[in-house]
Amino acid sequence: MREFGYLRPSSAAEAVELLAADPGARYLAGGTNLVDLMKLGVERPRLLVDLGRVPLRDVGPTDDGGLRIGALARNADLAADPRVRAAYPVLSQALLAGASGQLRNVATTAGNLLQRTRCLYFQDTAKPCNKRRPGTGCPAREGVHRDLAVLGASEHCVATHPSDLAVALAALDATVELLGPDGARTLPVTDLHRLPGDRPDLEHRLLPGELITAVTLPPPAPGARSAYRKARDRASYAFALASVAAVLVVREGRVERVGIAFGGLAAKPWRARTAEAMLRGAPADEASFRAAAEAELAGARPLRDNGHKVPLARNLAVRVLSGLAAGSVR
Amino acid sequence: MTDHVRLEGRDKVTGAARYADDPRPPGAVHACPVPATVARGEVLAVHPGEADPRVLAVLTHLDAPRLADAGDPTLAVLQSARVAHRGQVVALVVAETLQAAQHAAAGVRVEYAEEPHDVTLVADHPGVYAPEEANGGHPADRVRGDFEAGYAAAELRIDATYRIGPLHNHPMEPHASTAAWQGGRLTVHDSSQGGHGVRKTLATLFGLPEDQVLVVNEHVGGGFGSKGTPRPNVVLAAMAARVVGRPVRLALPRAQLPALVGHRSPTVQRVRLGAGRDGRIEALAHEILTRTSTLKEFVEQAAVPARVMYRSAVSRTTHRVVRQDVPTPSWMRAPGEAPGMFALESAMDELASACGLDPVELRLRNEPGAEPDSGRPFSSRGLPACLREGARRFGWAGRDPRPGVRREGRLLVGTGVAASTYPVLIAPSSAEVRAEPGGGYLVRVNAADIGTGARTVLALVAAEVLAVPVERVRIEVGRTDLPYGSVAGGSSGTSSWGWAVHEAATRLRERLAGGAPLPARGLSVRADTRELVGRGTEFARHAFGAQFAEVQVDTDSGEVRRRRLLGVFAAGRILNDRTARSQLVGGMVMGASMALLEESTMDPGFGDHAERDLGSYHVAVSADVPDVQAYWVEEEDAHVSPLGSKGIGEIGIVGTAAAVANAVHHATGVRVRELPVVSRRLGELPA
Repeated sequence: MREFGYLRPSSAAEAVELLAADPGARYLAGGTNLVDLMKLGVERPRLLVDLGRVPLRDVGPTDDGGLRIGALARNADLAADPRVRAAYPVLSQALLAGASGQLRNVATTAGNLLQRTRCLYFQDTAKPCNKRRPGTGCPAREGVHRDLAVLGASEHCVATHPSDLAVALAALDATVELLGPDGARTLPVTDLHRLPGDRPDLEHRLLPGELITAVTLPPPAPGARSAYRKARDRASYAFALASVAAVLVVREGRVERVGIAFGGLAAKPWRARTAEAMLRGAPADEASFRAAAEAELAGARPLRDNGHKVPLARNLAVRVLSGLAAGSVR
Repeated sequence: MTDHVRLEGRDKVTGAARYADDPRPPGAVHACPVPATVARGEVLAVHPGEADPRVLAVLTHLDAPRLADAGDPTLAVLQSARVAHRGQVVALVVAETLQAAQHAAAGVRVEYAEEPHDVTLVADHPGVYAPEEANGGHPADRVRGDFEAGYAAAELRIDATYRIGPLHNHPMEPHASTAAWQGGRLTVHDSSQGGHGVRKTLATLFGLPEDQVLVVNEHVGGGFGSKGTPRPNVVLAAMAARVVGRPVRLALPRAQLPALVGHRSPTVQRVRLGAGRDGRIEALAHEILTRTSTLKEFVEQAAVPARVMYRSAVSRTTHRVVRQDVPTPSWMRAPGEAPGMFALESAMDELASACGLDPVELRLRNEPGAEPDSGRPFSSRGLPACLREGARRFGWAGRDPRPGVRREGRLLVGTGVAASTYPVLIAPSSAEVRAEPGGGYLVRVNAADIGTGARTVLALVAAEVLAVPVERVRIEVGRTDLPYGSVAGGSSGTSSWGWAVHEAATRLRERLAGGAPLPARGLSVRADTRELVGRGTEFARHAFGAQFAEVQVDTDSGEVRRRRLLGVFAAGRILNDRTARSQLVGGMVMGASMALLEESTMDPGFGDHAERDLGSYHVAVSADVPDVQAYWVEEEDAHVSPLGSKGIGEIGIVGTAAAVANAVHHATGVRVRELPVVSRRLGELPA
């Protein structure tokens, strides 16, 4: 690990100012991913701006009946928050499906959203990687890619985004609040991450120095049920082979509102717009759910060793949506 | 029954126990290896990075001290420009701080003449050859009768090929050494399963008399075989300390372990069983293909358990190996037995299905009268007792053999059984037992307690012989200035060190029985079992066991979760229930991990093990092992040692993977013949 400067501002505005002054600076929140990457030499910040004293940990109601989650709210605290558990069970379930108890105790909301891919080539500085060093190539396409993307990948990068939380937020139509050198703005969470295209090094749409200050959830729709399901071979402490987050409102046997997002399939939480469009107004039954999931996944382009993700994601979606329609939570 | 807590338990949970990287000798500096980034070739030049006053040395093959040949090419570090595998050490940075050493190591630029590499194991590889021996000194091939004729004539034939990829030991404590020279005398703290082996090797490499080398390994954070031989870390630390004239600490980063400390080599195993409709095996063949490195031959002896387990009129057991540009494989908990019994015990399950027999009954019907391969009588053979007792405890009776029919909602549920076996190995050792003024006793033996509870059990052995409470016995282990102790490997520690302790304590008791007053300095008796152990035996000596698993498989996802694992073992006399159960349960957990999780990929493009950290190489976590139970049957065996114990460190991992995979088959009807049994290998299951 190379030596770095370390500052601990006490306000978001001050933190943004520090970042803006030094392009080699990085925000440090829980550090569960950034510090690992620094040890590996993947991240080499000149300056760490520790957000530990910035008061962004609160979780509270919004004026319209939604929930505003401070960027630094710990994953463990958020998962246990009674308002989250009651109104947004998909979010609590996704958080608890992630990482380990120890990691959830320090990992933050915004840090979770901005964590980097666990692609083995990205993490090994002795190997090429278009995301880490643009133009060097992507060995994952021919190499070890069991856990990598089947949707939205490019010839330049097949990385997946590892977050569970982000998948739930995508299904919930969450909004990200940002503070930057030029002021505050908001972004739908589904627009936060980018697909790789020919610039896999660009992972999100934050402007230089911008800080996520909060994530807001719209009020839950009347009658909405939600759930998260994650498949993994290890019973805990493993990234998703595939996961699905779903929010469903059924009225008189038909789908009134639906939000679906897949995890573990792409470089971003994959909001299933095609499936949702098919389902709106359709009978809330297994056949509809299956057809919608298959339509969404028709665009999948598996590599040699990750084709299992496609039927897996379909099965998870059908099961979760059917369960929500039937009134059981999972 | 003895149920004693670990003597060092309090030290461990309070942090007082000192491991190899814990000493802080004054002036100590840090060393960090630079791994090769090509899989085969020559180092042309090594360019240190930016100048840093904290960096004391950057050693390369050009300027590192010359080492004598100690018979292990993996320890000839920085002695030549050849690169035999990716991750081999090509330079060593020594610096004032760990951070400076790591930073400088990352900045070293190495130029190579890279050569095409060969790392993909295929059955028709032109380099496949028949070795003379497999690990453990076993003959590579054993042929008894005409297998082909017997197989062809059999009423039922099973012919199946099983595959296991590379597996990694990954002890919690990475391999670490602290080395210091005082004049011509070398002291190392090393994370080792055998200090005397390290001492001998270092003495040879550096041209020292053995008594000028002290190796300390008072506490070791697991090894699973990977610390059974000296590793590059201890040689590099000693080398660096000599060059810079200061003590040197070197702890390998987790990511370097798969390349530098051995691993279980991948195996492709063909098993053929020819049997009558009554399940009696007439012909048995177990044929292994594995690989080793270009540095050193290591042949995983996976066909050896087939020479022990079941009766058959004719048999053939063979090992073939190919040298490739990969890291050197070595011992990993139950080498041979662990991978071999996955294949053999899976094939037994397939045979049970084919002849419509209960798999417990099939095994009972194939009990041999004597060891099938050698014809030697067994000193004791507890497999039938373990199968029956395990079946009773597990609730096996009345099991519906049909696969894929037990549903609980979206889950399919199944059960499986497999046998375990591990040989009794005993090595010569020495020990001293001293009666101290004041009524206490001191046991001195260079045992390596790698988390097994060795020091506890050895104190108990002495206490029993001396007929005193164990609280009056102190014990010193883990230093080469103690009486010689053999390696903590092959499940031999307790029997080997314990025999020496037993012998010394027995003689001391006899001396004390005379009633003469104890001399003021106390009275010491030393024993060496070289002659006793060297007498050998006419018996085939093995421990056995039976493991029963229950799994559930999610039909949506193929996720397999192990619900229950129950093992019953016959391993001679159990000396201390608490630490024995911990050993057996630990082995079973590791076996369950091998069955369902541990997956390592040899990257064909780069020639390294792709999954090199515990985030990507999945070992079982607590959630994966909710219910693991280990029991044993009473077994008297007068033909092993005066202790009557057979060794329990490894048998727990043997057969587990087959029991789990057989349970997955029972649950789903899908036979997975490649480990680990991960969801993607089950294909689509009926919803």
